[in-house]
Amino acid sequence: MAELYKLTIAEAGDLLRQKKISSVELTRAHLERIRALDDKVKAFTLVTDDLAMKQAQEADLHFQRGDAVSPLTGIPIAIKDVICTRGITTTCGSNMLKNFKPPFDATVMERLNAIGAVMVGKTNMDEFAMGSSTEHSAFFPTHNPWDLERAPGGSSGGSAAAVAAGMAMGSYGSDTGGSIRQPAALCNVVGLKPTYGRVSRFGLVAFASSLDQIGPFARSARDAAILLQAVAGPDSRDSTSSYKPVPDYSAALKGNIKGMRIGVPEEYWVEGTQPGVVAAVRQDIEKLRELGAEVSEVSLPHTKYGVSAYYIIAPAEASANLARYDGVKYGYSYRDTDDMWEALEQTREHGFGQEVKRRIMLGTYALSSGYYDAYYKQAEKVRALITQDFDRAFERFDVLASPATPSVAFRLGEISDPYEMYLQDVFTIPANLAGICGISIPGGFSNGLPVGLQLLGNIFAEDVILRVADAFERVTDYHKQWPEALAYA
Amino acid sequence: MIDRETVKNVAKLARLGMSEEEITVFGDQLSVILQNIAILQEADVSGVSPTSHASRLTNVMREDIPQPSYAPELLLANAPAQEDNCLKVRAVLEGEA
Repeated sequence: MAELYKLTIAEAGDLLRQKKISSVELTRAHLERIRALDDKVKAFTLVTDDLAMKQAQEADLHFQRGDAVSPLTGIPIAIKDVICTRGITTTCGSNMLKNFKPPFDATVMERLNAIGAVMVGKTNMDEFAMGSSTEHSAFFPTHNPWDLERAPGGSSGGSAAAVAAGMAMGSYGSDTGGSIRQPAALCNVVGLKPTYGRVSRFGLVAFASSLDQIGPFARSARDAAILLQAVAGPDSRDSTSSYKPVPDYSAALKGNIKGMRIGVPEEYWVEGTQPGVVAAVRQDIEKLRELGAEVSEVSLPHTKYGVSAYYIIAPAEASANLARYDGVKYGYSYRDTDDMWEALEQTREHGFGQEVKRRIMLGTYALSSGYYDAYYKQAEKVRALITQDFDRAFERFDVLASPATPSVAFRLGEISDPYEMYLQDVFTIPANLAGICGISIPGGFSNGLPVGLQLLGNIFAEDVILRVADAFERVTDYHKQWPEALAYA
Repeated sequence: MIDRETVKNVAKLARLGMSEEEITVFGDQLSVILQNIAILQEADVSGVSPTSHASRLTNVMREDIPQPSYAPELLLANAPAQEDNCLKVRAVLEGEA
């Protein structure tokens, strides 16, 4: 048998149910992997060893008794530190919430706990999910397992790196403008952003509420299907969660994509995209054609406005959402004054990092009197146009294929200009604005660094993009590659 | 594009304390960002209604079912200051007029 940490969730699930391995063994293998590597990778803000071993023992009891189990029962997973875990520190990568212990579980945590998944830890992220490198974590940056001097992407960089390095079998992150798909691309793992409303946001610390979605990271499309299945579905505590029935995602992985209509958006090959990325993804699209898909070009004419609309809308929503951090109810609190306003301003000055302040400023400016129509309202109209682009494209196509990011993993510290960092998400942002689903899957390498193939699907077409992703994986082995950099770490 | 006065005014609206150095840095950075996203003004949005959400849902209704709430002690466990099961805040209405 391969080393336990190299198994996929689907493989490990079979072995667990056949009682050939135990969850305790599986969990211990991942905790050992964390102990051996996380000093270098720094994917975790908190490792929950004791809890994980307790959950693994409970899972093993279920297997021994022959209870009905879920495909995630006994499987070690990691959780981005933006998802509330009852009684377990949830920092959001911020000094503001450094010591915050939520009094409740997020809905996704309730569901994962109910089916006996094992949590090995909370993962590092850009502060309040604002960033594309994890360098905006208030604590430390995460390192890309493929090259420890490079960034894993962000904001869910810790969740991506943990799965890429075999420190967790799967993980969850959140995606507001690309925060799942971009780090997945840079770390050679599968990352899925579900349709807005497919997964409950209750207990997800809010960044931009009209864009945020929780989704999984995995080392195969099949595992991503299992992880999504476990958390998808309506929740009375999130009024934007959808009551549309959740399909059986694993059953959708039929392997055959003959006749599937795949559109290639011509605007997603912009100047500045690295030639190595372009070459790899062009080759990936040829593979899809060889599998029998009908591939042709499509135009999404408003794509060029995506980043601009996003950097008005997301900061505007963030400036309102982050108004709650006042040093009164929870979180960091400046105590060295009797003046209420001074306490409020000092709490926010010292509690927030630079990128968060930048976005609060940008959002407040865009919403302020005299600028609202020119910026916020204009951005909301452009958002409607971008949504219409997709609506039209999905009349003719089942899936849209493109690069997930314009470049492979960049060096830590390499991108210092805030706007340049924002351009990391140029291909991922439009899906959030339109609320559609998207997945990034391993699509090859450029100079030894991973390239992500992005597949976008219509609203609630997660089954369709997973099916294409799985079919692609059956004829490629990119997703089976392990980062060699770790062997010498 | 964004001068120091504007930065200070926006920081005040956001209740964000800011050092002199930050006022300069944010002024420069916000100017660059706003220049880059100025392309937004070129989009032809005539006849387009603004979209504020991506859920494509109309209002969702559900029964209002009373449920037990959290214990005050639990909700106050993260509070920096409390008294008699209440959040303790600094005086709001006292002090200089």
